[in-house]
Amino acid sequence: MAQVKNRLTPFFENITFDREDNEMILNFGPQHPSAHGQLRLMLHLQQEEITKAHPDVGYLHRGMEKMAENMIYNEFMPTTDRMDYIASSSNNYGFALAVEKLIGLDVPRRAQVIRMMLLEINRLMSHLFWLATTALDIGAMTVFLFAFREREYLMDIIEGYCGARLTHAAIRIGGVPLDIQDNFITQLRTFLDKLPQNIKDYEDLLDTNRIWLMRMEEVGTISTEMALSWGCTGPMLRASGVKWDIRKEEPYELYDEVEFEVPYSDKGDNFARYRVYMQEMRESAKILYQTIDMYQECVKNNQTELMAHSPKYISASKLDIMTQNYSLMQHFVLVTQGMRPPVGEVYVATESPKGELGYYINSQGGPYPYRLKLRAPSFWHTGILTDLLPGHYIPDVVSIIGTTNIVFGEVDR
Amino acid sequence: MAQHKVNYTKDGGLPVALTSIDKIVNWGRSNSIWALTYGLACCGIEMMASGASRYDFDRFGTIFRASPRQADVMIVAGTLTKKHAEFIKRLYDQMTEPRWVISMGSCANTGGMFNTYSTVQGCDRIIPVDLYLPGCAPRPETLQYGVMLLQKKIRANHASKAQKAKRLM
Repeated sequence: MAQVKNRLTPFFENITFDREDNEMILNFGPQHPSAHGQLRLMLHLQQEEITKAHPDVGYLHRGMEKMAENMIYNEFMPTTDRMDYIASSSNNYGFALAVEKLIGLDVPRRAQVIRMMLLEINRLMSHLFWLATTALDIGAMTVFLFAFREREYLMDIIEGYCGARLTHAAIRIGGVPLDIQDNFITQLRTFLDKLPQNIKDYEDLLDTNRIWLMRMEEVGTISTEMALSWGCTGPMLRASGVKWDIRKEEPYELYDEVEFEVPYSDKGDNFARYRVYMQEMRESAKILYQTIDMYQECVKNNQTELMAHSPKYISASKLDIMTQNYSLMQHFVLVTQGMRPPVGEVYVATESPKGELGYYINSQGGPYPYRLKLRAPSFWHTGILTDLLPGHYIPDVVSIIGTTNIVFGEVDR
Repeated sequence: MAQHKVNYTKDGGLPVALTSIDKIVNWGRSNSIWALTYGLACCGIEMMASGASRYDFDRFGTIFRASPRQADVMIVAGTLTKKHAEFIKRLYDQMTEPRWVISMGSCANTGGMFNTYSTVQGCDRIIPVDLYLPGCAPRPETLQYGVMLLQKKIRANHASKAQKAKRLM
């Protein structure tokens, strides 16, 4: 059937669905229950086999980078929450670190320890969520309910700290706003002591499950070259045989002081990624135990500072603002006009639960960034679907999307 | 159910319950609100959390369905963008009547913090909304309360009459 091609309308409007050549075109998304958000895939099929896949993104494009150009630096912090909304604090942290690099701030040790706790709790939350949704997509409802149960414990801890369950905004430029609450460590310890048994429960349900193995093993294999050339990072890269973790390679915060392993696998298939995620949860728990000790050391050494001292960029403590005139004036200027970092540009990458989360900030010396670019790992992991899906069958699409762990707030920004 | 002075349940009683069509239909409708999985952004995660183990949504008879043809209520959970707007209308039209819409979270209510070139400033510009839930993101308790309010709204309707056409903003 001849169809008039209109060059002004997007690619998808020009697709002819009635075809003579036995090829079927399947539209997957943008509102598909297992598309993990608003992914739209155009799949060309020969029988059940995919010959061509075209991911279409932009259904959750909210213009965050443009928003950043019209916001003072502190104002942008809550917006970063809505990027990778499974692990909000890691986005907050990446942005805070980039601005701190730009103006050259030193964060007090106690704040660093609290930040590391938040980051690792977020990593655990994100991995538990990944396990829950992937298992649900493949049909393991029990694992979904189990993993969400554990995730709620972590959410309670985070909620006690910052008051929010999902969108934390728990980190400020120059430190953290609050000290951890009284029962934080007890709660965290209780959770961590139970976690190994919980992870074992999930593995008992999944590791020898025939359906799980058939959907995971030898499906969605990414070779090392392919992973590198498509810009994969995080668990996607580590499952393909590259032992690369930014926490180890370019340590930020106090990651050079804690001991942990970087799990990796040579296989590169869905099952390898699943193994990497499970192992990373154990490593996160290991780091959290160490940060608890570090925190208690801070308490012992009476290191109470939570925000960096830099009157030009960071407001003084609440006590100073209330008692000292100069601090109040400084605070007023910083809130109404915003801090003005020096002219320059900075790119800072951190290891978010999904991979390398990078912030590029170009400052012209004004209170707003001249340009802010977000390098989100999920975006690159969506791109690889073009290359990864051909040759697989329709049911594999769901399991592959599941293990790539893409979040659309982050892909589209 | 209709209230009577006679206690029909005493001593085994009569196996009869008196009611009106309106009430029994509304009783059925309000206690089996099947929701369309419409997680668009962050609120979708809280929607999943309310369906999961702690906030067990099945108690309300709310089961998430992946098809608009089987759903009674559309919970618009997340930011609606202009690129997606066409699909929300299409899915709403595919739902069978009677149908309701819950707009969950600031983004779906008014566009929220995203006052940008790509965001629809409230999903009520595209489809009629019955219930607005505030919050960014609303807690699962908010969604549960919202569903309870929707149940109340359904019970107040006349089941025998066709649903009135709703007005867009």
